[in-house]
Amino acid sequence: MSLASPDSSPAGPNPARVNLTRFNPMGAPLWLGLFVVTWIFSSYGREFSRAIDARWLMKYPSGWRLPLKRDISDAMKWLVEDATFGLFTFKEFTRGIAWLIELPYDFVRSAVIDGFTVGVGSDAAQIAPALSWIAIIAVVVAIGRVAKDWRLAALVGGCFLYLAVFGQWDSAMVTLASVLISVPIGVAGGLLLGIGAYRWPLFDKILRPILDLMQTVPVFAYLVPILFLFGFGPVAALVATIIYAMPPMVRVTTLALRGVPTEIREFGAMVGCTRWQMMWKVLVPSAAPGLMVGVNQVIMLSLNMVIIASMIGAGGLGFEVLSSLRRLDIGAGLEAGIAIVVMAIALDRLSQAFAVRPTPSHEEQVAHDEADLLQKAGLIKRHPWSTTVVAVALVTGLVGLLLPAAQSYPASLTLTTGPFWADLVEFINVNFFDQFEAAKTFMLTYLLLPVKRFLLGIPWPWGIAIVTLAGWKFGGWRLALLAGGLALFIAANGLWDKAMITLYLCGVSVLIASLIGIPLGVLAAENERANRIVSAVIDTLQTLPSFVYLIPVVMLFRVGDFSAMIAVVLYALAPAVRYAAHGIRNIEPQLIEAGIVSGCTRWQLLRKIKLPLALPEILLGLNQTIMLALSMLVITALVGTRDLGQEVYIALTKADSGRGIIAGLSVAAIAIILDRILAASARNARARLGLAE
Amino acid sequence: MEKPVKLACRSVWKLYGPNAADFPDVKNVMTQKSHSERHLELTGEQIRAAGLIGAVRAANVEIREGEIFVIMGLSGSGKSTLVRCLSRLIEPTAGEVLFEGRDLLSMPERELIEVRRRKMGMVFQQFALLPHLTVLQNVAFPLEVQGAAKAEREARAREVIELVGLKGRESYFPRELSGGQQQRVGIARSLAVEPDLWFLDEPFSALDPLIRREMQDEFLRLQSMLHKTIVFITHDFDEAIRLADRIAIMQDGEIIQTATPEELVLNPATDYVAEFTRHIPRAKILTARSVMTPSVMTPSMMAGGPAPEIHAGDVQADDRIEAIAERIEAADSPFRVLEEGEVIGSIDRQAVIDVLVGRDPVRRDPVRRDPVGREGAG
Repeated sequence: MSLASPDSSPAGPNPARVNLTRFNPMGAPLWLGLFVVTWIFSSYGREFSRAIDARWLMKYPSGWRLPLKRDISDAMKWLVEDATFGLFTFKEFTRGIAWLIELPYDFVRSAVIDGFTVGVGSDAAQIAPALSWIAIIAVVVAIGRVAKDWRLAALVGGCFLYLAVFGQWDSAMVTLASVLISVPIGVAGGLLLGIGAYRWPLFDKILRPILDLMQTVPVFAYLVPILFLFGFGPVAALVATIIYAMPPMVRVTTLALRGVPTEIREFGAMVGCTRWQMMWKVLVPSAAPGLMVGVNQVIMLSLNMVIIASMIGAGGLGFEVLSSLRRLDIGAGLEAGIAIVVMAIALDRLSQAFAVRPTPSHEEQVAHDEADLLQKAGLIKRHPWSTTVVAVALVTGLVGLLLPAAQSYPASLTLTTGPFWADLVEFINVNFFDQFEAAKTFMLTYLLLPVKRFLLGIPWPWGIAIVTLAGWKFGGWRLALLAGGLALFIAANGLWDKAMITLYLCGVSVLIASLIGIPLGVLAAENERANRIVSAVIDTLQTLPSFVYLIPVVMLFRVGDFSAMIAVVLYALAPAVRYAAHGIRNIEPQLIEAGIVSGCTRWQLLRKIKLPLALPEILLGLNQTIMLALSMLVITALVGTRDLGQEVYIALTKADSGRGIIAGLSVAAIAIILDRILAASARNARARLGLAE
Repeated sequence: MEKPVKLACRSVWKLYGPNAADFPDVKNVMTQKSHSERHLELTGEQIRAAGLIGAVRAANVEIREGEIFVIMGLSGSGKSTLVRCLSRLIEPTAGEVLFEGRDLLSMPERELIEVRRRKMGMVFQQFALLPHLTVLQNVAFPLEVQGAAKAEREARAREVIELVGLKGRESYFPRELSGGQQQRVGIARSLAVEPDLWFLDEPFSALDPLIRREMQDEFLRLQSMLHKTIVFITHDFDEAIRLADRIAIMQDGEIIQTATPEELVLNPATDYVAEFTRHIPRAKILTARSVMTPSVMTPSMMAGGPAPEIHAGDVQADDRIEAIAERIEAADSPFRVLEEGEVIGSIDRQAVIDVLVGRDPVRRDPVRRDPVGREGAG
């Protein structure tokens, strides 16, 4: 696909269609004309429909609605109450899964926080205390040292110490316990599914669309059926977390295995490996560095989801944030939020250090072998870190029996920054209220509300027509059918208006994120120092669980569309920056040199060479930004938007699975339409520029 | 006496493209004709017209025990595909591959694994070392796969590591070694199971020219000790000439000539082959036998009289010109060429100079050549 002619674009051999995607002189007037027509419809559609007495034009008639919501709810009910696999019922099945997950979860929870007990209720007697806070810090410090160096050890130790000193220890440990359980399950499950997809192309074909869907369906939408199946509590939260965090591991596994050099695979065949040996002795170890990237992702996504899943009973730091948001207790919310950030940074740095850790050098290997020879003589010498950690755990455990401070961090020594934050926010709100309010009103009056009114005014049949047309123009009749069908699905479920509000919030946020992000990306690509600062900020933004973004926004701007928009912009900024920077950095140096030799000024260079060539990458970044914006939008339902996210949230509070799933699928439908159209246009842009796929 | 055939392939085809296996012409070609007639019934145009790529076309190869058989071709000529068909890393579209008389292609997986474990070894262009294992563990890996005990396989691995000159580096990891050292590990690993048949797929192509030379010497040294049957792939004609007992030259998926280096130089089958041989220093390849003037039995000799010419000395028929050139050039009269004690011809200064300056070797017929030789000598 390196030919310059757009006729050779990968989309297909139909030259007539591909021709449309060129920058032809007819293109711009066509879109402009469509926009004008749409605007007229939007402004006068209501009057018009009233005049000809065709109200159905503006509001999808309830008589035409599909009864999907009810059907799904009934089906879920049937599953839980009546379904049976012959030997056991569906309910027993879910209980079995719950038991399987609960067992290790209880164990870990006992280990890090509750302590081990026998008996239940008032008869419960503690047989062993949980690991002391000192022991847990010792563990993470040791892991940090083994993974990389003392600096990392100090960083993660400091992070955990922070949790203790600032009184977040207990909630943090609950969250940690959830992460510790969901990560191994997510990694192992993802690995096995990924291996399956690698081995059997048919399995891959079935799995791929499911993974695509799982990544576009908003997280809240999983929560509803899971809540229905497993009930409120940590197990439901863990199940949701695992489901949410597994897909990237599946993808990474398949990719990493495919990335193993052919020669390594051939070597395996030539020494006569069986299939089992080939997979576990040759392919998986060779792909290990790639797999560790997946593990890092699973950890970060698990943390993100564990926080969100506090809504269905995960407890921990997420619950602290949620309840303080509900109470509008700014100080406590912010404190818990910072604790989440601290924990996210610690976990991210640790797992990244493991991911990039080089294989040991021969000196270490020799030392290890020699230590092996010492056998019994030197248990400590062979496993210096493990033995130290065990010793610390035992000593603090024993001391803890006499001196409680060694067991759990003394409450009298905890600091709290809550009042400080509350005061600060109050100070800001008192002194800068007018400025904030002015900015908010300005944005609302001149940007948010007009866009909202415009989109809501569009008659739904015309909306579907436009989506179909765009699909046809960028990707041919297949994409047209897909886009039109999905749009019709939204309308047919009576969610058109809510979808339009989602679209409006998403559109405005993406616009602003792009306006900030793309220039930042360009700047980062052009200037090394800017790059360092921007990368650091973006990296941190990306590690934060999506929940955290809500806290400062609500404090400063209270609830509403504007707050939601700011949170979405912050969350979705990263890909816009990254892809723009990447696109510009990846331009062939010769092309830029050609520009310089032709006497381009810096501005001309940027505008005439770099930006056009980086366009495909920028479009891909836009695509990612939209996906992130949509996933965040659903979470912002917590701060009072009235879009599809709210629909899911309501379904969640009412445990109405039909409603939640349909709303979730509608968000996914929007995501899929936008994703496919943008991906198709990025592909066309690439083909037009003659870039390789 | 010719050694038995170790590995043979008959009319092996590998076509790439949609539905390559159902391409009817291949089947027809395969079923209707006998082996000799099958050769290239299917032209490149026909294959291309069907939307396929003919990576290997009608390849016939016989590799004898103990020989170094080099498959030479430029990139895209199908040499790597052919060697992968021979080792069944790729399933050929059609044809048969016989290893020690057994059909490799119809072999069930279990048996194939057994053959590969015990009888085959392979060295790869990019070394294909496992990054997470030390040198020792890498070399011991084939034995580990077979289920050998740790002590046993490590003892054997240490032996081969010493053989390739890497003693002392057992606990290094591949990334700590230079390219040449990594390939020594690759060679050691492939030798650990004492294979009968040794595939080397461009083993030295990823190395610097100086190291490559060193590794070629090392390879010849090993072969002089081990006497394996070797299939060696290269794109470098110099390397092929240097190492090969016989060479198969490939172009566009086809084997266009299989011959000893000397035959290739003397009788290139096509212009393409001739193009390769043109810049080869012939003195290193040609033997006295191929440039000598064969003896003509004169009536006086038949009568038991002395040979008509005075000679300055004797050379053996298999001596390379390079080795004897200096002696012959220094002498005024021709040398006798001996084979097993019998005089089979003579070689003079002019003939040697022709070889050295790269003049087209004229096949000298004794009648015309005699007076010329005398002129040269006079």
